[in-house]
Amino acid sequence: MTFSVGDLFLILPELLVITTACIVFVLDPVLRSSNKDGLVWLSLGTLAICMGLTASQIGEQTLIFSDLVVIDTYGAFWKLLLYFVTGLTILLSYSYLKEERLYFGEYYGFILLALTGMMVMVSASDLLTIYLGTELMSLSLYTITGLKRAEPRSLEASAKYFVLGAFSSGILLYGISLLYGATGSTRLPQIAVAIAGQGLSEPLLLFATILLAVGFGFKLAVAPFHMWTPDVYQGAPTSVTAFMAVAAKAASFGAFLRVFVEGLGGLKANWSATFLLLCIATLLIGNIVALVQTNVKRMLAYSSIAHAGYALIGVVAAGRIEQSSGIASVLLYLALYTFMTFGAFAIIAMLRKGGVEGEEIEDFTGLAKRHPMAALLMLIFMVSLAGIPPTAGFVGKLYIFLSAVEAGLTWLAALALIFAAISAYYYLRLVMVMYMREPNDQTNSAPRFVMSPTLSIVLACAVAGVVIFGIYPNPLVSFATQAVSTLK
Amino acid sequence: MSGFPWLTILIFLPLIGAAIIFAVKDSSVRLVTLGMTLTNFLISLPLWWLFDASSDQMQFVESARWIPALSISYKLGLDGISLPLVIMTTILMPLCVLISWHAIETRVRSFMAMLLIMECAMIGVFSALDFVLFYVFWEAMLIPMYLLIGIWGGPNRLYAAIKFFLYTFAGSVLLLVGILVLYFQGGHTFDVLALSQRTYGLGLQIWLFGSFFVAFAVKIPMFPFHTWLPDAHVEAPTAGSVILASVLLKMGTYGFLRFSLPMLPDASRLLTPVMVILSIVAIIYGAYMALAQTDLKKLIAYSSVSHMGFVTLGLFMFNIQGIEGAVMQMVNHGITTGGLFLCVGMIYERTHSRQIADNIGLTKPMPRYATFLVIFALSSLGLPGTNSFVGEFLVLVGTFLWSKIAAALASLGIILAAAYLLWMIQRVAFGVPASHLLPKLRDCSPREMVTLVPLVVLIFWIGLFPNPILSRMHTSVEKVIARVMPASQGETAAHLEGTSEREAPSPPQFANIPTKERQP
Repeated sequence: MTFSVGDLFLILPELLVITTACIVFVLDPVLRSSNKDGLVWLSLGTLAICMGLTASQIGEQTLIFSDLVVIDTYGAFWKLLLYFVTGLTILLSYSYLKEERLYFGEYYGFILLALTGMMVMVSASDLLTIYLGTELMSLSLYTITGLKRAEPRSLEASAKYFVLGAFSSGILLYGISLLYGATGSTRLPQIAVAIAGQGLSEPLLLFATILLAVGFGFKLAVAPFHMWTPDVYQGAPTSVTAFMAVAAKAASFGAFLRVFVEGLGGLKANWSATFLLLCIATLLIGNIVALVQTNVKRMLAYSSIAHAGYALIGVVAAGRIEQSSGIASVLLYLALYTFMTFGAFAIIAMLRKGGVEGEEIEDFTGLAKRHPMAALLMLIFMVSLAGIPPTAGFVGKLYIFLSAVEAGLTWLAALALIFAAISAYYYLRLVMVMYMREPNDQTNSAPRFVMSPTLSIVLACAVAGVVIFGIYPNPLVSFATQAVSTLK
Repeated sequence: MSGFPWLTILIFLPLIGAAIIFAVKDSSVRLVTLGMTLTNFLISLPLWWLFDASSDQMQFVESARWIPALSISYKLGLDGISLPLVIMTTILMPLCVLISWHAIETRVRSFMAMLLIMECAMIGVFSALDFVLFYVFWEAMLIPMYLLIGIWGGPNRLYAAIKFFLYTFAGSVLLLVGILVLYFQGGHTFDVLALSQRTYGLGLQIWLFGSFFVAFAVKIPMFPFHTWLPDAHVEAPTAGSVILASVLLKMGTYGFLRFSLPMLPDASRLLTPVMVILSIVAIIYGAYMALAQTDLKKLIAYSSVSHMGFVTLGLFMFNIQGIEGAVMQMVNHGITTGGLFLCVGMIYERTHSRQIADNIGLTKPMPRYATFLVIFALSSLGLPGTNSFVGEFLVLVGTFLWSKIAAALASLGIILAAAYLLWMIQRVAFGVPASHLLPKLRDCSPREMVTLVPLVVLIFWIGLFPNPILSRMHTSVEKVIARVMPASQGETAAHLEGTSEREAPSPPQFANIPTKERQP
């Protein structure tokens, strides 16, 4: 074990975030409630500083802490995305928690702790470090999922998430231990060397790979390991749902891709076939079950499952051929997915109906008449989720399918596009309800949309991302390509 | 050729207009929209004269790198095939605004914005020379059209809107796969012209043809993909119906002509019989269905299926008459059917019914209106002297060269068209109304006259003097034929040389039927 103080500089963003989290925890009980807004601005300020620090690390390629952590452009890509999402989450929560009358300073602390876990996940080059990051993220999320203590659904979601999450972590850990047994290391580069040396026929190795795939499958919410998603997404406070659906998924993909490309790249042919099956199952279940949902949060939960399926296409394609654009297309897809999904959840969060969230599809009836701007934004997010140009969703799908066709998986691209056509039905149903149905006469129960300055920042960011990257995705494309090139 | 970005302005001016109308007063929304569409029309007019008819190259080309990593570019250009379609679009848009003047009373601002967004996407489709750019415009118009039908449509609008959307969206997803496959097979480019110059294996061509076919056939719509059309037409507001019939349907046939034929010539030749059979079925089936309709809009919708059958028939003849006739027919159908839908919209504003039975004997209360209706109907059935005669005649001549039986069967469509249209006129214009049915109806207002007169002028202008259009499309069509029929390439090339020697190419003569393009 070697340790140098210089290493600490490189993980300065992680240290800053965790320090801020601790400050938030400590200050929350002692501050008067009128001053607690300061914690929000403190958190946001930290994120801004971290963004600058991480941006300066682009192009870096250093292994630190005895090869447990790697600082590279790939990690920087995910970290920047995560800061952005966390910032949006905090801004959204600021108005959402007020509206829900949930005053917990620790909320922001847990968000920052989860962020730390995610940052560790995406920059770890050792399976155990990844595991630590995953646990830190998950435990923080379990807690804030159950934040609505008065609501049984929220508690149920928290408990369910915890049980299934712990179960999947166990499987992940089991896979790690088997892999250690087969290759003699938990360091990804050394695992890659060992696999290259001993060939692919080792049954232990394959078993370990499958367990790792299952463990990550739970985190990514791909079928058939998606069962927890709809209940948890529905039960959790909507700001937390948005955070989980976007940030937790992005971080899990970040760690997952690094493990499978860098560590298990030698087993490409094997895991590619496995993920092909998972991918088809995910597309099928996500898109078909979403058709029959009446609750928008559940619908978006299934939609997020489906989108993980689209992203998996890129992973499958990357496993098929050398020099594939598959991994870059996954990065791009998740970055673009962030904007539209977060935007959609933000609108749901702020649609209030008699003190609670209006999260049934029916609650959106006639929204275009009452709140044309909110309806227009929701329309743009739905169109983008359906993958219709000129929005970000189309660009993401274009790249994913391009990598699939490049890898000779034309039929998979065709199948996925047919599912995209099916998905248009449930996305557009919301549009139809908003624009084409007349609101009921009972005006007192009509949901209203609560606008606030912080929310408008969130929505402006989301819609700008959807539209600008839909028309001009170049910067994001080249960043994703550059990030992947550092992944060996 | 000037470097002036004509097409970019044409495409994005309406989009800017859509933004502007959200900033103006309620009372001036209609005027501003009219102004924007008229401006766009005026900008498109010079193209007609600046266009060099003797060149078979793309003109007014603009090219810029868009997504260099994938060599996707922003490339626009017009040839003799797309030029008439673009100008037809810009002519029709002000008329759509005029017809919606009083018909649309709710959410006028959004309605006008949708019209302008549609114009942007439609011109984009006709002028895109990059396959991804084309697809972006092709898909981008789905949402505005969906909203046009779904928000401002008739009683059953929700069903019609979602049906329209799902049909066309599902149809075009396979087009995207086809485009991506072409990208890898055609040398990592989305450039339409470059892709049109390569040759692909026959098996691949057939697959690609299939994927293109579904997208284009749904849009046209060809039998048996036509079932969304009557629903969408009946429920859409008048302006929506006009856009749908006049422009959207042409995008499908344009797709065949721009992509399927030049890129996949072998598959196109091989599958000609299939296309011909589907076209003839559409011609006859559409006409029979039109005979049975009691709703005016449905009648015109089915007549569209029939008329678009002529277009696809002509396209797959691969001779100069067939394809020029088809392009003519695309323009003609846009003008004539657009006019018919405008007429139906006007009568609906007055009687609030589109049923033939509720609108009998309009000549007496509305003589001017009845005149217009009769002109449009006669044009639609292909009376000599009107525009449709030129198109349908050329298509039938082309078909005759390929197969006499096919031509005979297709002619049935013209006879049936005469039957359903004359019968419709007989009732709607000249019938004897039950006295209580028709209250005192207002004849066409000046605004409505202004809406209809341009189309009438076009009908007779094209009908009597089609050569300006034909001469502009001549070399472009020959280029397509040379690509599809390599066997006659030498002869066509010689023919091309012959034309280039002259100052201006002479228009093809009706009676002169060269046998050299005959199908071997």
